[in-house]
Amino acid sequence: MRIRTAGVVAVLGLALAASGCGDSGSDKPAAGESPKASGGKLVIWADDKRAAALKPFAEEFGKENGVTVEVQAVSKDLQTNFVTASQQGSGPDVVVGAHDWIGNLVQNGSIDPVQLSAEQKAGFNETAVKAVTFNGQLYGVPYATENLALIRNTELAPEAPKTIEDLVAAGKKLKADKKASEILCLQSGQNGDAYHIYPLYTSAGGYLFGTAANGDYDPKDLGVGKPESIAAFQKIAKLGEKGEGALKRSITGENSIITFTGKKCAFLVSGPWAIAEAKKANIKYDISPVPGFAGGKEARPFVGVQAFYVAAKGKNKALAQEFVTNYVSKPELAVALYRAEPRPPALTAAFDQVKGEDPDLAKFSEAGKNGQVLPAIPAMAAIWDPFGKAEAAVIGGADPAKTITAAGKTIQAQIK
Amino acid sequence: MNAPLSGPGSATQTPGREPARSGLPRTSRTARHHAPITATGLVAKVVLLGLVAGIAIWAAFPLVEAGHWLGLGVLAATTAGLFYLYLGRRHIPAKYLVPGTLFLLAFQVLPVLFTASTAFTNYGDGHRGSKDDAIVAIQTSSVKQVPGSTEYALTIATTGDPATGDLVFLLSDPKTREAFAGDAGGLRKLDAADVTVSNLSGKVTAADGYTVLTIGQASGRSDAVTALIVPTDGGAIRANGLTRAYEGKAARAYDAGCDCVTDDETGRTWTADEKVGSFVAADGERLTQGWKVNVGWKNFGAVLTDSNISGPFFGTLAWNFAFAIGSTGLTFLLGMAIALALHSPRMRGTNVYRVLLILPYAMPSFAMLLVWRDMFNTDFGLLNNLFGLDVDWFGGTWSARIAVLLVQLWLGYPYMFLVATGALQAIPAELTEATSVDGASPWQSFRAVTLPLLLVALSPLLIASFAFNFNNVNAILFTTEGGPFAPDNPRNGATDLLITYTYRLAFGAQGAEYGLAATVSIFIFAIVATLSAVSFRRTRKQEEVYS
Repeated sequence: MRIRTAGVVAVLGLALAASGCGDSGSDKPAAGESPKASGGKLVIWADDKRAAALKPFAEEFGKENGVTVEVQAVSKDLQTNFVTASQQGSGPDVVVGAHDWIGNLVQNGSIDPVQLSAEQKAGFNETAVKAVTFNGQLYGVPYATENLALIRNTELAPEAPKTIEDLVAAGKKLKADKKASEILCLQSGQNGDAYHIYPLYTSAGGYLFGTAANGDYDPKDLGVGKPESIAAFQKIAKLGEKGEGALKRSITGENSIITFTGKKCAFLVSGPWAIAEAKKANIKYDISPVPGFAGGKEARPFVGVQAFYVAAKGKNKALAQEFVTNYVSKPELAVALYRAEPRPPALTAAFDQVKGEDPDLAKFSEAGKNGQVLPAIPAMAAIWDPFGKAEAAVIGGADPAKTITAAGKTIQAQIK
Repeated sequence: MNAPLSGPGSATQTPGREPARSGLPRTSRTARHHAPITATGLVAKVVLLGLVAGIAIWAAFPLVEAGHWLGLGVLAATTAGLFYLYLGRRHIPAKYLVPGTLFLLAFQVLPVLFTASTAFTNYGDGHRGSKDDAIVAIQTSSVKQVPGSTEYALTIATTGDPATGDLVFLLSDPKTREAFAGDAGGLRKLDAADVTVSNLSGKVTAADGYTVLTIGQASGRSDAVTALIVPTDGGAIRANGLTRAYEGKAARAYDAGCDCVTDDETGRTWTADEKVGSFVAADGERLTQGWKVNVGWKNFGAVLTDSNISGPFFGTLAWNFAFAIGSTGLTFLLGMAIALALHSPRMRGTNVYRVLLILPYAMPSFAMLLVWRDMFNTDFGLLNNLFGLDVDWFGGTWSARIAVLLVQLWLGYPYMFLVATGALQAIPAELTEATSVDGASPWQSFRAVTLPLLLVALSPLLIASFAFNFNNVNAILFTTEGGPFAPDNPRNGATDLLITYTYRLAFGAQGAEYGLAATVSIFIFAIVATLSAVSFRRTRKQEEVYS
C-alpha cells in the first residue's frame, strides 16, 4: 500500500512537471517579469534566407518598442502553412511572401489590407504598388521586385540581340562554329514553364487575362484559347524542336543555368537569382531585356514582388500594422534584405542607394520596365499547369491550334 | 500477422488462453502474489503514467480555452481509464491491447473518419472557415480611407490603469497641430493648453487627465487597440499600427435581415447561398471569401459524372495496375534471382556482393528519383549520352512508362533481394537435397519446392509492396510528373497514377479543393482495400495448402 501511495504521489509530481515543461514554451511570461516582455509579442514568418536577414532588424524593432519579436523561418510551403495555421489561430502576426499569393490569402481571409499614407506610397516603385493592390485595396508592403531578362555571355555574343530572330541567328552561328551546343537556354522541361515563356508569348500577341474596369486582371476574359494565343503559339512553334531548335523540352529549370555557366549556350533567359551562379563560374555577362519577335509587340516579362503582410488572425494586429506600415517602409531594411538576396528593392530610395554598387540591378529593372504584374487573382492558379503543358507540347511539335484550344478549355473549366 | 487468424491453431483453444478464461479468479490471485514488483518496473510505470498525465494536463489547457467540452471529456475519460487500468492489477490482456488500440484510433481511424467527413463538404481554398469568419473578412477587407480625410498621429492613452483601464486615442493633426481625444463615444477636441505635442513626431506626448501608454504597454493590449473604433460623421477612426490613425469606412456591410452583403459605393448586393457557401450576386458573381458548408453527395456525384474526372479514370486505373504489378513483379523477380545466385554454396565473396547490392536501398529514394529524372534527359541525360541514343524518354507514352518502371526496378530490387535472402535461408536445405536425390533438375526443384515456400513467406510483403506502389506518388511526381500529356489533354498523362491524377485535380484549379480530393481518395481507398482483402484471402488458402 505504501508503495502504491508513493507511486501515485510520484505520478502526480511528474505530471505537473511534464505539463509545466510543455507549457512554458507557449505561455506568455507574466507581466512585470521583465520589462522587455511586458509588451506584446510579434511573430514573423519568412523563408530561410529572408528570416536570417530580417532578424537583426526585428530585434531592433523589439528593443525600440519594448516588445518581443520572433522571426521564424518556414522553409517549405510557407503560403499553405500560413493559411492553415491562420485558420487554426496559431499563425504569425506578419508574413513575408510573393505578391501572387494575395488572391489566395484574401479568399481565405488570412490577411488584412494595409493603409499607407499617400506620401509612403509615393516612395515605392509604381509597379510594386500595383502588384500588391487587389480588388482596389493595398494588401501588402512591397520590398523587392524581380523579373526575367536576357543574360548573355559577352565572350560568345558581344552584341545584345534586338529581336528573337537575331538571337536565333547568332545562336545558330555559334552552334555551327562549335562554340556552343545550344542556341538559347530558356527553361521548359517536359511539362513546360509558363513563367519563362511568357515574354515570348506576349511579344507574339498573346495574353492571359483581360483588364477589368478597375485595372485588375479580369478572370472572365481568358486569353488562352483565343485566336491571338493560337497565333502566338504558332510563332513559338517555329522556334521549337521541329523548327529552329531554339526552344527545347530537354532544357529544364535544373540544367538551364548550369548549361549557361558551362558555356554551352550564349543566351539565358532568367532572373536575378541566376547572377550569383554566373559570377561564381567567372562568366563575362551582360543583361538586356528579353527580345521580342521582329515586327511583333514588346516582350513583356512577369514582374513579381516580395511583400510583407499583416495576418488577419494574428494575436497582435496593432503591433503587426506598426511593423509593416511604419517600419518596413524604411530604406535601411530594404537595403539589408537586398544584401541577403540581390533582388531590386521596391523602395525607390533603397534602390537608388544600391544602384551605384551593383550595375546589374539597373539592367534588370530596365528589363522589367515594360513588364506585366504577375496576376494575383486566384484564377491564375488554374493557368500554370495547363498552359505549361500546352507550351511543352507545342515546342515538341504538336499542332498549336488544337493544343491551345484544349488548354483554354481546361483552364476555363477550372475558373469559377 | 497471419498465424492467429488461420490454420488449425484458431480452431482449438490456444494453451495460453485457456487458464485465463476458466480459472481466472484463482490463477490471477496467485499470480498477483507471485509477480514481483521490481524497482525498474515501478520506475518505468511511474514515468510513463506521469507522462500520460502530463500530456493530458498540457492538452487540457487549449481545450478549456477553446471551450471544447466534449474533447475535454474524452481526454479526461481516456486518462482516467489508463490510470485505472495500469494502477490496478487486473485486466492483464487489456494492458497489452490498449496502447495499440489507442494509437490505432488516433492515427488510423480518426484520419479516415476525418477524410470521410471532409468528402461531404466544400472544404478548400476560399471555403475554409465559418460564415462569420467570411463576413468579418469581407467587411475588414473593404475598409478604405475616407477620401481627403486627415491622417492623425496616434498616441494610445487611458484614464485608468495602463494595463486594464479603458483606452483612449489621443490624436493630433500633423498639419494644424490640433489635438483630439477619441473613444467609442466619439471624437472631441482637446484644449491646446492641456496637451503637449512633440515637435519631432507630431504626436501627443502628454495630456491632462490621461495616462499615456508606451508602445510596449500599448502593444500588450493590441486587441483592445484594434477593437477601439471612434465613430465620426464620415466613417470611423481606426488605429493603423500604434503610432498612426486614419478615418476609414467599410464599403461593404453584412445585413442579417436579408442575409446579404451590400456595397455602399456601387449599391450591389450579394446574397448568401448556403448551398455553395458564398455570397452570390444576381448576375452570378461571387465574393471571394466563402465559408465551409456541407454539400452532401455532390463531390461523389462529381467524381462519377464529371467527364473531366471519370473520362480518363479507367485508362489511368489500368496503367495504375500495370505500374503497381510491374514495379512489384519486376523487383521481386530480379531480387529473387540475385538472392538465389548468392545463395548458391559455390558462390564466393557473397558478402561483398550483398553490400554492393544493398547500396541503392541505402540512398534516399527521392534524391535518387531526381537523379534518374536527369539521367533520362534527351540532350543532357547520361543514358542517351552513354549509349549514343536519341530517345525522348519522357516524351513518348511507352518510353516514359518503361523509364518509370526501370527506375522503380533499380530502387526496389534491393528490398526484394533482402527479404528473399532471409526467406531462402529459412528453407531447410534437406528439402532441396531430397529433390536432387529423387533426380529432379534444379529448375524442377525450384519450381516445386523453393518457390512455393518462398511465396508463403513473401506473399504478405508482395501485397504490401503492391499497395504501396499503387499509391506511389513520389515515383511519378519526381520523375515524369504524370507526363507525357496528349497535346489536347493537359489533365491526364500517360504515366499518371490515380493518386497523382487526384493531386492535380484537387490542387490544380483555383487553389486546393480538399473536399473533392478527400472524395477521390475514398474511391482509391475502396479499390486498394478490396484488392488487399482479396489477395490476403487467397494467400491464406495458399498457406493452408502448403503447410
